[in-house]
Amino acid sequence: MRGGARVLDLDGLEALVEALRERGYTVLGPTVRDGAIVTGQITGLDDLPRGWGDEQDAGHYRLRRRGDDALFGFASGAQSAKPVLFPATTLIWRGSRSADGFTVETNGVAPPGGPGPPYALLGVRSCDLAAIGVHDRVLAGRAAVDTDYVRQREDCFVVAVTCGSPGGTCFCVSMGTGPRPGAGYDLALTEILDDGAGHRFLAEPGSDRGADVLGDLPGSPAGADDLAAADRMAADAVARMGRVLETDSLRDVLYASAESARWDDIATRCLACTNCTLVCPTCFCTSVDDVTDLTGTARERHRVWDSCFSADYSYLHGGSVRASTAARYRQWMTHKLASWIDQFGTSGCVGCGRCITWCPAAIDITAEAAVLRADLADSLPAREEA
Amino acid sequence: MRTIEQYLPDHPFFAGLDEPAVALLAGCAVNVHVDAGRMLFREGEPADRFYVVRRGRVAIEVRSPTGPIVIDTADEGDVVGWSWLVPPYRWVFDARAVLPTSAVAFDAVCLRGKCEADPALGFALMQRVARVMYERLQAARVRLLDLYGAPHGAPR
Amino acid sequence: MAPLADLAAGPSTDAARGPMLPRPFRVEQRRQDTRDTVTLVLEPLDGEPLPFDAGQFTMLDAFGIGEVPISISGDPTRPGPLEHTVRDVGSVTHALVRSEAGTLLGVRGPYGTGWGALDGAGGDLLVVAGGIGLAPLRPALLEALARREAFGRLVLLYGARTPHDVLFADDLRSWRDRHGVEVDVTVDYGTPEWTGRVGLVTSLIPRAGFDPRNTLALVCGPEVMMRYVATALVDRGVPAGRVRLSMERNMRCGIGLCGHCQLRELFLCVDGPVLAYDRLAPLMAVAEL
Repeated sequence: MRGGARVLDLDGLEALVEALRERGYTVLGPTVRDGAIVTGQITGLDDLPRGWGDEQDAGHYRLRRRGDDALFGFASGAQSAKPVLFPATTLIWRGSRSADGFTVETNGVAPPGGPGPPYALLGVRSCDLAAIGVHDRVLAGRAAVDTDYVRQREDCFVVAVTCGSPGGTCFCVSMGTGPRPGAGYDLALTEILDDGAGHRFLAEPGSDRGADVLGDLPGSPAGADDLAAADRMAADAVARMGRVLETDSLRDVLYASAESARWDDIATRCLACTNCTLVCPTCFCTSVDDVTDLTGTARERHRVWDSCFSADYSYLHGGSVRASTAARYRQWMTHKLASWIDQFGTSGCVGCGRCITWCPAAIDITAEAAVLRADLADSLPAREEA
Repeated sequence: MRTIEQYLPDHPFFAGLDEPAVALLAGCAVNVHVDAGRMLFREGEPADRFYVVRRGRVAIEVRSPTGPIVIDTADEGDVVGWSWLVPPYRWVFDARAVLPTSAVAFDAVCLRGKCEADPALGFALMQRVARVMYERLQAARVRLLDLYGAPHGAPR
Repeated sequence: MAPLADLAAGPSTDAARGPMLPRPFRVEQRRQDTRDTVTLVLEPLDGEPLPFDAGQFTMLDAFGIGEVPISISGDPTRPGPLEHTVRDVGSVTHALVRSEAGTLLGVRGPYGTGWGALDGAGGDLLVVAGGIGLAPLRPALLEALARREAFGRLVLLYGARTPHDVLFADDLRSWRDRHGVEVDVTVDYGTPEWTGRVGLVTSLIPRAGFDPRNTLALVCGPEVMMRYVATALVDRGVPAGRVRLSMERNMRCGIGLCGHCQLRELFLCVDGPVLAYDRLAPLMAVAEL
């Protein structure tokens, strides 16, 4: 969206943070903590990871010094927007039982002890932006709606950033989700600092309220050079993807691989630790926790994250349907890359690479998909004979 | 290891069959080896073979949502499978080798054809299969009594 | 914070309440069906009856213990109290089974796809039930009986564990004697007093009087039983697309959001639990799917 594009310098970006705070938003964005880039509160540009980059590979994550002052010079933080819009624990309702009924006090969704909504998310990668779109469809686009998600989402102001430094596990290009942010942002920024014309940000509005905020900021209209620099950066990022996922007929490949021996092979490595589902921006499985006080009168219902890798996730009549790790890994991967398409019309994967980076066993979903595809292509009869 | 032709006459299932019959049966048979954990056949598949276990153990299983339930095992010398003789010639259960298993596998399609052509052979085979079913069914009925489970035998 | 809302007098739609908030119902009547199965008759505190399709379920909440999906076993053709037939198989159902009249329970729903028994109008309707599976099928039979003239033959085949575990014996008699339903019951274990059939419910299929080419079959029971019955029906000539099963998986939300009840691409609480066998057969053939 090129209409209304402006250029902000560092002061302009600082003014953006200030403008959002003045409008009542709690601004959340990438910060450095404990050797990783994680979401934290942003009160000014000093809170951002200036000069930090990252090294990501299967089961590997390190921060590194870039040697410049880039504010968004890394691939993906450890978390996506998911913990903000879809927190790990949410109070759904609280109530109490009386002699002839049940009274309910419906609560808001403020996380205990933290700053409350509305949130402005600063620095949302294109993959994570696509993931928000996926969650919008899954949690707010069907017959039954997750009312808590809708509440968090409606007020959220999204400032997306184009990726300039994709990482070793990135494959947004394969999934059609980047490196430029697609639809769904209020503002999109592209950080430009290596063409000699100053550290600046191309800022493009994506909504009325985005244009409104942009209009309040000191800056200048975007020129042809600025647009060209941003295009160059995006094109450069496209060429530097760390991984590739071949998506052609991938749904059919996975459905046809239900009985592949490869799942057992993966199961010798997979710990069913649930890390992948925790860091994945589109995973949405939850459970319901009901808590009462000792008298059984007061009651709270919580929505909590769950994972298809947990042993009792598929519990039924005294046992789990997916008792083996192989079956659970198959469920996760098949759902993410295949069944999701039948359920929601798109892939469940946005190519952020977090499941690869944060897997302690270094399992790579793109590599496993390639093996399954190759195995199917030259599949042999199941039984051997003398 | 003896050849199939040498092995069959000593086996109780084939006792009493004359030499030409044994040769005919051996002609429809191959040796197979199945690794532990691999399936011999699955519920719903065409029952185009039956097996005589030479070494190892085969579990007959029912597939349930929370895992397979083993309802019977076939050991050395046991015959596995009679669905090949009864229409619609389709397996009703799963069969899995629980130990590394060697078996003689008989081509049922070939055999059914030979039985149609030679009713005397067909009757002889039918008698033998009926005996296997007879023993298994009696055992299954008594196991239904759940003698070790319910305090006084079957639930009432 | 949103204001306090007294639900006894509040709005009764899920949209206003939020789909995760139960509606309070009170147990009006508790009927012991068999030694481990009870039928609860529930009245809503706010007086609004719960219309449902035969085959649907609710998430039934025993306060302080938990919530479980239970099929509705009442008559869908008459607005009235909500009936649930519950078998004691775990901590929540144990609490439900022990609920006396006056107990407060929470209800969310109804959820899921129904049997669509009326799709069999103009032909025969075959109902095959195993154990507690008769409970979700009872509403389908009642729906068909309310339009008896629309069907040819109505056949009920029912397998129970023992004669003491036969559910709805009065209904079975009434359906057979007064409503022209061919009722055939068998048990896995007989008793000396039992003069009925002993054997697997699949053995009732060959003798049942229905025209396979013009039959809608509704099957409910343990998954193994449903699979064998469906296979037997298809062998008998009923098209797989005309055999409907009610599938079960772990359920937490009942509204397609928590992910637990997935059977590959199907959410059993939204796309099911009633599904046609032609769609289910390949999914049921894969272990641990």
